[in-house]
Amino acid sequence: MSDITAPKLVRVPTWRRALEGTPWRRFVILAGLALAWELYARWLDNALLLPTLGATLSALWSAVLSGELPNRALTSLRVLITGYALGVAVAAVLTTLAALSRWGNEALGLLTSMFNPLPAIALLPIALLWFGVGTPSLIFVIVHSVLWPVALACYGGFLAVPPTLRMAGRNLGLSGGRFVAEILVPAAFPQILSGLRIGWAFAWRTLIAAELVFGVSARSGGIGWFIYTSRAQLETASVFAGLLTVILIGLLVEGVIFRSLTRITVQRWGQVQT
Amino acid sequence: MNVAPRLTGLVGDTASPALLELDHVSISYPTPDGILTAVEDVSFKIAAGERLVLLGPSGCGKSTLLRAVGGFLKPSAGELRMNGRRIGAPGPDRMTVFQEFDQLLPWRTVLGNVRYALERGKSMPRRDAEGIARRWLERVGLKNFVDAFPHTLSGGMKQRVAIARAFALEPALLLMDEPFAALDALTRRQMQDELLKLCEETGNTALFVTHGIDEAIRVGTRILALTPHPGRLAATFDVPPETRARGSSGFGELERRIQETVFSAPEVDHV
Ligand SMILES: Nc1ncnc2c1ncn2[C@@H]1O[C@H](COP(=O)(O)OP(=O)(O)OP(=O)(O)O)[C@@H](O)[C@H]1O
Ligand SMILES: [Mg+2]
Repeated sequence: MSDITAPKLVRVPTWRRALEGTPWRRFVILAGLALAWELYARWLDNALLLPTLGATLSALWSAVLSGELPNRALTSLRVLITGYALGVAVAAVLTTLAALSRWGNEALGLLTSMFNPLPAIALLPIALLWFGVGTPSLIFVIVHSVLWPVALACYGGFLAVPPTLRMAGRNLGLSGGRFVAEILVPAAFPQILSGLRIGWAFAWRTLIAAELVFGVSARSGGIGWFIYTSRAQLETASVFAGLLTVILIGLLVEGVIFRSLTRITVQRWGQVQT
Repeated sequence: MNVAPRLTGLVGDTASPALLELDHVSISYPTPDGILTAVEDVSFKIAAGERLVLLGPSGCGKSTLLRAVGGFLKPSAGELRMNGRRIGAPGPDRMTVFQEFDQLLPWRTVLGNVRYALERGKSMPRRDAEGIARRWLERVGLKNFVDAFPHTLSGGMKQRVAIARAFALEPALLLMDEPFAALDALTRRQMQDELLKLCEETGNTALFVTHGIDEAIRVGTRILALTPHPGRLAATFDVPPETRARGSSGFGELERRIQETVFSAPEVDHV
């Protein structure tokens, strides 16, 4: 067949591309929120209820300098990542089984409808009975909070894979785990990504809540524990500093990890609009 | 000239052994309201080197038949045999080009799609696969687009990739389900001509599905006409090589004959 020639491209100036991007809009919104906080806190003038942004930042700064907050954050992150990875791994196994067999399919459907509505915190008493006070209990509730939403999103993504694409895969003789890993997973990646995002958020919520509920021993506590003790000592600025840390880590993970993951996968593959 | 169509659909006059044989095949779909018989009692054979066209109006079970040959569907009665052996699971010996544009893997480049198919379908090492993939992409005119992702291609270009992928695997039988139906008339004509050339150069055996009479005459060596509800064989027509040229007297004559036999209404989507 005769060659098709590539269409001509016109270069877009860098400044224009930068303007098209979203970061600067985000910064404007953030600055607006920060300003609103500062003004309202000053007007309220009650450091016990709502410290100013400045006071919060300086509390944050001194907690960072003293090394307490980074330590707490690291403790939390370690537990969080362990639980998250485990939850995602179990979700991957479950959805693979569900994609390959009717029994697996029914099992996943039943399990998710049973356990997805169950708040992870409600399992904390049982976790404490089984694993005692400590990291294993935290990991148990985090796995629970991550597993079901991620499994649900993955499986929903698998079901939405167009039949033609499935047939194209099976046409090459693919079946079993390889079919799931090399056809279904990449094809369902937009849904899987949003499942991973939701799972990440759920994991954070559960962890902070669990840390608030049981104090653990003061030495090994995470950010939740930091918030809890700060409140007990009526250091509201530190409470806000703890919350701000959670938010900042969340923004960082979203802005760096999930965004780049989206860019190098589904955006590049044209599965989502940029 | 033998004008009367043979109504059995069975090939009597091919001496060579059948590559594909359909033996009283019926296919049905379970639906909420009961069982829908899409294809009933269809028998035919394809000899190596033939290009058989299944022609018929929408809903007569052409895609259903092709999917059964591909191994994606099981017949409810009868048997499908390839080289004398019952057809089981899908496999790369029966590469299918589908009508839909979403048959390419969106997460692989044009080259990646063809290379991956060779790696998996023919268990080929990556380097060899890449070489063959490049050659085939060049043959379908896409050498400037090997690194493009499928979503950046036009529909016709996507179908070219799918065609390159199918040919690259050198299947014993090439299955094509209206690969050009979603293209505009001009592109479709061009693609028909180019496909014909590839088929003639490679001598590939093919089963081609279409609802366009002119497309059937253009690409096929033999045409099986189907009637709908449920799909059955109505007639078969041989297409002599000299008839294949568009505008030849044989072309128009055969077109008219098929028209009269198969479709009662005058053809509307004639290009
Ligand atoms: N998955 C399915 N479930 C139920 N019925 C189906 C299914 N697929 C096809 N059918 C029915 O089977 C019959 C044949 O369908 P098929 O897709 O094979 O037709 P076709 O000849 O390929 O038509 P077209 O030219 O429009 O592609 C139709 O009546 C259709 O409604
Ligand atoms: Mg069809």
